[in-house]
Amino acid sequence: MSQLKTITRRTFLVGSTAIAGGVAFGTYLTKKPHDNPLAENLKNGEASFNPWVLINEEKITLVVPHMDMGQGVASMQAALIAEELDLDFGQFEISFGVPAAAYFNTALASEAAPFLSADESIPAKTMRTLMSSVFKIMGLQVTGGSSSVPDSFFKLRMAGATARETLKKAASLKTGVAVEQLKTAGGHVILPDGNQLAYTELAKLASELKPLHNNELREPADWRLIGKPMQRLDVVEKSTGTLKYGIDLAFDEMLYAAVKTNPRKGAAMQSYDDSLAKKMRGVSHVIAVTNGVAVVADNTWRAFKAVDKVDCEWSEAPYPAEQADHWAEVVASFIPERLDKVWRDDGSITWSKDSYEIKSEYKAPYVAHQPLEPLNAIIKVTDERVDIWVAHQMPRFAQQKVASITGHEEEQIYLHNQYAGGSFGHRLEFENVLLAAEIAKQVQGKAIKLTFSREEDFAQDFTRQIGMASGLGGVDNGQVVSMDLSIATVSSSTSQGKRLGQATPGPDKQIVEGAWNLPYAIPNFRVSAYRVPELAPTSSWRSVGASTAGFFADCFLDELIHLAGADPLAERIRLCQDEVVKQVLITAGELSEWNKPLGPNQGRGIALVESFGVPVAEVVEVTQTDNGIKVDQVTVVADVGQVLDPVNFDNLVKGGVVWGLGHAMNSEITYADGKVQQRNYHQHEGMRMHQCPQIIVKGLENATKIRGIGEPPIPPAAPALANAIFAATGQRIREMPFNKHIKFV
Amino acid sequence: MEINVNGEAHEVDVEDDMPLLWVLRDELNLTGTKYGCGIAQCGACTIHMDGLAVRPCQLKASEAKGRQITTIEGLGTPDALNAVQAAWIEHQVAQCGYCQSGQIMSAASFLKFKPNPTDEEIDYAMSANLCRCGTYPRIREAVKTAAAKLRGEV
Ligand code: FES
Ligand code: FES
Repeated sequence: MSQLKTITRRTFLVGSTAIAGGVAFGTYLTKKPHDNPLAENLKNGEASFNPWVLINEEKITLVVPHMDMGQGVASMQAALIAEELDLDFGQFEISFGVPAAAYFNTALASEAAPFLSADESIPAKTMRTLMSSVFKIMGLQVTGGSSSVPDSFFKLRMAGATARETLKKAASLKTGVAVEQLKTAGGHVILPDGNQLAYTELAKLASELKPLHNNELREPADWRLIGKPMQRLDVVEKSTGTLKYGIDLAFDEMLYAAVKTNPRKGAAMQSYDDSLAKKMRGVSHVIAVTNGVAVVADNTWRAFKAVDKVDCEWSEAPYPAEQADHWAEVVASFIPERLDKVWRDDGSITWSKDSYEIKSEYKAPYVAHQPLEPLNAIIKVTDERVDIWVAHQMPRFAQQKVASITGHEEEQIYLHNQYAGGSFGHRLEFENVLLAAEIAKQVQGKAIKLTFSREEDFAQDFTRQIGMASGLGGVDNGQVVSMDLSIATVSSSTSQGKRLGQATPGPDKQIVEGAWNLPYAIPNFRVSAYRVPELAPTSSWRSVGASTAGFFADCFLDELIHLAGADPLAERIRLCQDEVVKQVLITAGELSEWNKPLGPNQGRGIALVESFGVPVAEVVEVTQTDNGIKVDQVTVVADVGQVLDPVNFDNLVKGGVVWGLGHAMNSEITYADGKVQQRNYHQHEGMRMHQCPQIIVKGLENATKIRGIGEPPIPPAAPALANAIFAATGQRIREMPFNKHIKFV
Repeated sequence: MEINVNGEAHEVDVEDDMPLLWVLRDELNLTGTKYGCGIAQCGACTIHMDGLAVRPCQLKASEAKGRQITTIEGLGTPDALNAVQAAWIEHQVAQCGYCQSGQIMSAASFLKFKPNPTDEEIDYAMSANLCRCGTYPRIREAVKTAAAKLRGEV
């Protein structure tokens, strides 16, 4: 087992593709279900049928292992269990569970395999199965990659069905009525004579039975909850200020901490002078931590204020100090030695010197995550145990990291996952947890709440990858015939993998995600990835690689279509080979009234990008006004196979459009003197309400697989806007943020 | 010093220049008021002082003396919702929800002065509050519903 662990650890990777030696472990281990973490702490008379359902005499608890960062996944997961278990909202509590191997994420793994998502060939399926196995052995409980829905859809309904059938069995034993004659509804088993037995009443008896597996799932026509608008479980608390996020928790004798670490990310602190800080009111400790200094005080503001007064000498950055040098490295990466992989090579691309008709260059900058709740973590260290209260997308990794700092066994570390005030990929990282652990190790016996100031959060944020693309293309007879796209970015997967202690061998698919898998049959079509050596550290930013490569690819295609003199929508439909995707395009055309003439100074652009298996088309309409470009309307069509909750779907898609547009229009992170120059929202604000367009959303359900919608709406937003601006003004914008080139209202 | 929050007087022992935000959050444990930026950019901390929306990350504790402070907890509760909160629930505005206390406090104050706002006025007023999750389309709708509720139309 330990042997297996090292093999898989060394070779596992997120968001990238190769698994060297990954077949070594066979299937036995992956077939064996993980232990049920709920079974360990069962009290007498409590029944747990699987890791997701816990029932005792008082109440029913549903465990929802994916972190809720605003995507509504807690309610969605509960609804899936409740659908089969015949529970109504209000009849159960939810718990985020403990970090445990049983909650491994099977869906994220299948997207990491390097096959088109619609590809059901044998190698594709084998590879996906293999990736799932790696995740299972790793016990990876990850929230990310829009994977919560596909991960949960069958697993959690099955969990509900198991619990239901076992409860019926218990009721049958108790009453002598045959199981076939029993029904369930509203948290009760119903007897033929109309009498009802509450699940809670049956808990004790059921706990003595073997759970009944292999039940049939209900037909979609019989669903009570799935596909219908739900009131999210947290909406009242979130509208009354009563929901406690990690940053809001308080414990007796808790102390408050703030940190200042080298703004040249990853570089050491040479020395510090804390003579002023130590004397300030409320300050109890000033502590050296990795690459910086921490202040512990009796109030957050006192800690902020004091840490500000510590004078630090910083080492030089381990990456180029100036932004221009970052770009120079990207520009220099289109060379054979840095070719990561040619991901698509249809037909034959044979450019003789200057035989192409068009050449364009695109740029995408670093961008920050910056969810509104700043990073924070509460940790209490004692000899016996460590408690962590934090919102984290990879709680098991967080536990391991803390164990390595405090020296406890992993079993002694208790992580209590929290609702997150946004993430967008930020809470896949560990800086807050690591620093809080370092502080709490030195100040034991009391809960220590570490809060990042917004400025510190910006300074330490691992941004999105920086990158460029170069496109060559040709048209013939009113059609696009050749497209040759070369993309060079740093590898955020490798950067992230390093911090996780995971090697990421092989090419990185994220460099070209959203481009290599364009669902178009362009006769000659090549997509090549070049890997820029790591510059500043980067990470997964909502929609990851597709947020850059999708922009490059769709905008360049749009240029070719215009060169061919074709209609942007009609030519995309003509080129599209996939019926599901084609329907997305056609529906977007209808819904946006694509062919309806626009007024003067108006323009309309379309883009389609597929990411995380979801094809999304967006049509953007803009007006050129005296005060700049106004984004009037966005029509979004996405096919996720099954819309679980139309209200949440609508909200997430609109939020994704705002995220995609806002950052493409207004935001970038740049470095000077090795430090991030943007340190608060006035310098990097995404979108505010006055720029927010009308957004029309439509979900289609033609695809055979169910998919999540948290990320796929982002990639098409930027290219659709750039294409619309071109249509309105004749100006092609090939660099984000667009406000470097054009003014917005 | 003594400050009055949600109709209750509290004695707090803090520096005059401690931002009111941290008095509310760390001294009084009224955590519905959020820290987002600390420099008046995000609006997550928005509360009412004598009925007017203000940003306590920019207000000194001493400036709250003798004033009536209302936080989201004082605006309404799950059992006794304010009309604005009810509209927010009806429209299922929240995603992560972290900005929503501030959004609701801004909207409640705004609607007192503009009971019947135009779309442009709503956009203008609410642009001071950042929502990183992008719930703006729902906020727009919820403000309109709240306005109608407050006017007694629904
Ligand atoms: S925290 Fe006060 S406005 Fe952002
Ligand atoms: S709902 Fe997340 S910041 Fe507004």
